[in-house]
Amino acid sequence: MSSTLPPHSDKQQALSDSAAGGAAASAADHHQSAPSGPLRWLLTTNHKEIGSLYLLFSLLMFFIGGVLALVVRAELFQPGLMFVQPEFFNQMTTMHGLIMVFGAIMPAFVGLANWMLPLQIGAPDMALPRLNNFSFWLLPVAFTLLLSTLFMEGGGPNFGWTFYAPLSTTYAPPSTSFFILAMHLAGISSILGAINIIATILNLRTPGMRLMDMPLFVWTWLITAFLLIAVMPVLAGVVTMMLLDINFGTSFFDAAGGGDPVLFQHLFWFFGHPEVYIMILPAFGIISAIVPTFARKRLFGYASMVYATASIALLSFVVWAHHMFTVGLPLVAELFFMYTTMLIAVPTGVKVFNWMATLFRGSISFELPMLFALAFIVQFTIGGLSGVMLAISPADFQYHDTYFVVAHFHYVLVPGAVFAILAAAYYWLPKWTGVYPSEKLGQAHFWLSVIGVNLTFFPMHFSGLAGMPRRIPDYALQFADFNLLSSIGGFLFGTSQLLFLAVVILCMRKKGKKAPANPWEGAEGLEWQLPSPAPLHTFDTPPEFIPERDSPSRS
Amino acid sequence: MSTSHYYVPASSKWPILAVVFLGFLALGAGWQLTEGKGLLLLLIGVLGVAWVMFGWFADVVRESLAGLYDAQMDRSFRQGMAWFIFSEVMFFAAFFGTLFYIRVFALPWLDGEGAKGVTALLWPDFTASWPLMSTPDPSVASIEGQVNPWTLPLINTLLLVTSSITLTFSHHALKAQKAAAASRWMLLTLILGGVFLVIQGVEYVHAWTELGLTLQAGIYGATFFLLTGFHGLHVSIGLLVLVVLWLRQLRGHFTPEQHFGFEAGAWYWHFVDVVWVGLFLFVYVF
Repeated sequence: MSSTLPPHSDKQQALSDSAAGGAAASAADHHQSAPSGPLRWLLTTNHKEIGSLYLLFSLLMFFIGGVLALVVRAELFQPGLMFVQPEFFNQMTTMHGLIMVFGAIMPAFVGLANWMLPLQIGAPDMALPRLNNFSFWLLPVAFTLLLSTLFMEGGGPNFGWTFYAPLSTTYAPPSTSFFILAMHLAGISSILGAINIIATILNLRTPGMRLMDMPLFVWTWLITAFLLIAVMPVLAGVVTMMLLDINFGTSFFDAAGGGDPVLFQHLFWFFGHPEVYIMILPAFGIISAIVPTFARKRLFGYASMVYATASIALLSFVVWAHHMFTVGLPLVAELFFMYTTMLIAVPTGVKVFNWMATLFRGSISFELPMLFALAFIVQFTIGGLSGVMLAISPADFQYHDTYFVVAHFHYVLVPGAVFAILAAAYYWLPKWTGVYPSEKLGQAHFWLSVIGVNLTFFPMHFSGLAGMPRRIPDYALQFADFNLLSSIGGFLFGTSQLLFLAVVILCMRKKGKKAPANPWEGAEGLEWQLPSPAPLHTFDTPPEFIPERDSPSRS
Repeated sequence: MSTSHYYVPASSKWPILAVVFLGFLALGAGWQLTEGKGLLLLLIGVLGVAWVMFGWFADVVRESLAGLYDAQMDRSFRQGMAWFIFSEVMFFAAFFGTLFYIRVFALPWLDGEGAKGVTALLWPDFTASWPLMSTPDPSVASIEGQVNPWTLPLINTLLLVTSSITLTFSHHALKAQKAAAASRWMLLTLILGGVFLVIQGVEYVHAWTELGLTLQAGIYGATFFLLTGFHGLHVSIGLLVLVVLWLRQLRGHFTPEQHFGFEAGAWYWHFVDVVWVGLFLFVYVF
């Protein structure tokens, strides 16, 4: 173990017994059948291996989804139909959204959870390791199935990632049934993964660690997992009703038989809005870990962070129809959903102010994870503020289905969620691989990403306010300049992600400065007391945890 | 500091096999629905999944009997099952939400009521009613009669509620170390559940052939079969679980202190029962 961790030498001793020696000893007791050879990755039940699989899978999906986005941006480079036909363009926007939401961002967070939760709470593994293997391997099957629809007769899904009926039922391509079944597989994966995460957090914390002693990444994931279990089944329900409408002649979303297409939107967004928080709450947890480390202060307002996360999660169940302001809701519904949506700005604001208060008078240094975290705070806030604008129902009648909406949710998801994932990767890569990520490549990656992402999405605010509708392959001349900028930015951002790939590959091949157990001066938490890279099996016996000394909430 | 070692289960071939067969199942189902050629693949998928579940559970039972599981593992199983049932609750919540939305908002609006009354312009002659006896567009089939809740559905309600009680008696007998009584109460539960399914089948045939109540018969038929169909599927799964538990009872797998497998099955059965009471009230009675 490294010597960069001065305090608690007694704990140091206990840990090196349990972590280093214990791992070897218990490999004989408990892990005798640990798989090896070519089947190893198919059979693994180890949370670190499964975490790595999730992360690499999501990286692959990030690039596939990114290429689809670049097709879109290439087509929109200038007005007129340039490269692709409108039908194909629709498949690109749809598949880009589906892949990024379900294949890149969600699995990336689950991968981080797999790797870090057991290390942060002092657990030996996830609570249900075999289920964990099952949850992961469903994803490659689901997304192979989903991507294969692009090559089927009639093409893949072309109705937008929100797959509104009747576009996705009456007027859908034949491959839609495959799309539905792929969503079912991905949904099963998410639900089982979330069950596993909750059981791990509630049941496998090291003795002495109370709920209010948990790192915020653990807290945010506990709440995210609850959201997943609550809303993924609703998604399963709504796609099942689509399947029945398409193949068995039911009329759920068909007014001719007494159904209602608007019902689809209600069901979808009852899932879809909590889904938005599923993609951002773990990011809050990551930022709440990184900011205190590099400000060398404890997180400001730990308890309020927890309560804010829980409030956001609960409010997320009563705001869904703000996605549907223009569909023809009763006035009382417009008002209700407008006010509840605005309420969410309060706990979200609490978080942003807490991060700023943590930075206030801190000894700040700007390592790679901190750069991404600070960029997250600024850029996510931009996305949050445009969200408040969209929440104003009468104003939304102007913004709805324009590029302003595209700008808003991309600011939350790309310079928001994706930046948080990248920050997490830079923060924990030393723990995973034992080497620091390349500073040069990382700096280049950061600055090119920041410039690229803002060049892509900031002009979209203006093209949207000027009235450019989303999901069209061609547009009026007055939007040409903004689209040109967006396309240049898109290609800049997309290609600069190859630098990140290089960083990851170098780390995986152990090329770089060797990292000690605690590679960051100000980092606290159980994960930093393990050697870097963390051995395959850790915490075979529960580590000691004394709240007064180890809790992030201690005063 | 505690020196007790955590228990971490060994790796297993079952999860990856489950993924393979679920993949077959999805591919077969999709192929069958689009081109009508996937039946064999679908069948392989279904049988494969059944085989995997049998094998996976058998391994868990073996490990449990061998005393490998500690109290912590037991808690993980309990929490896992509880949250799984919560996910099922939300699955049915989507369908109940559909039913309420259709009845409270969509149909009255189609009839011209409220702020969205303009949709009444689509079919001016349409009159909202529940059950929906004639669909807005006459080209969509309508139902000719409705199910009387006070005949077969009432009997089914009594059967299922009773089965929850007999299952609880079986649990009490198990805890009191009365193995013979426990398995007899379980057998009675199985019979009640089985008769429920038979009656549900009879009612389906009656509805489909005599009442014109089909999946295609407008929103009433769609919600009726969606809710009762998925409930029936869950009863079938629950019954299968209970059969396995009964066989395990006969083999003496459960002790008064340790029988989480039994409890998990019982939780599931009670959940299915509660869903039925909701169905009886909102699909049949009101």
